[in-house]
Amino acid sequence: MSRTPSASPAQPTVRRSLGIGRVLIIVYAILAIGATSRAIYQILTVYSSARVPITLSAISGVVYIVATLALLLPGRRWYRVAWVTISFELFGVLVVGTLSLLDPSIFAGSAKVSFGTVWSYYGIGYLFIPLALPVLGMLWLRSRRALVAGV
Amino acid sequence: MIYWYTVLEVAIAAAAGVLCVVLGLFRTKPGDLSMGATALVELLLLGQLGIAIVAPLVGNSPTGSIIEFYIYLIVALLLPLLAGFWALVDRDRWSTVVLGLACFAIAVMVVRMNIIWTVQTQ
Repeated sequence: MSRTPSASPAQPTVRRSLGIGRVLIIVYAILAIGATSRAIYQILTVYSSARVPITLSAISGVVYIVATLALLLPGRRWYRVAWVTISFELFGVLVVGTLSLLDPSIFAGSAKVSFGTVWSYYGIGYLFIPLALPVLGMLWLRSRRALVAGV
Repeated sequence: MIYWYTVLEVAIAAAAGVLCVVLGLFRTKPGDLSMGATALVELLLLGQLGIAIVAPLVGNSPTGSIIEFYIYLIVALLLPLLAGFWALVDRDRWSTVVLGLACFAIAVMVVRMNIIWTVQTQ
């Protein structure tokens, strides 16, 4: 039984009592499924009419999927992945939200692609959940820092 | 889609959502009431699936994209199964809240499905 020092033996042993985090995860999961399936649909049907917003939607959908898994899975590595993906989402919603206000033509696409992306206008098409979720996610991750690092 | 059925479905899904979230916040573990309410929402969605299959055959065709409609419907059908499965695995009050959020999401999705069927144009 050789064990590299970098692999902390206690790493996976924390049975994460997710608690209220489960509520966060289900909202992430719904958003992940919603954004991804919508992007797949748009790629299959109206991709040529609005490449930028649809590509962005697809990327955001994949990032939401990874974030959902990272919140769900135990261990320090997934904890770090959760931070990265959630930060990316906050960055995305702030940048795309601001750009969509300044220059709607970038993300408008055709009339068929209403609201363009999940992040346009700070996620107004998704009840602003994309704006609130990363902040709640970060608060939750911070509250779990001791649990993850302290093993 | 049939209008009254859609209204009924949205109303029950929203009510089930409120019920489960409130039950969860009052520290109730998933039980017959919350699981039953979620199951009822799922049952209504199955009815919606039947309606969606039959309606175009009798002249009630969607004005919008039928593919987009079915994406919503299939995802909606999966949500109670996912939330319900999770509620059976982790039986604490947050699972009850999760059931409620799934029902809420379904209410929103059915509204969106109705828009695709009746308002959206190709």
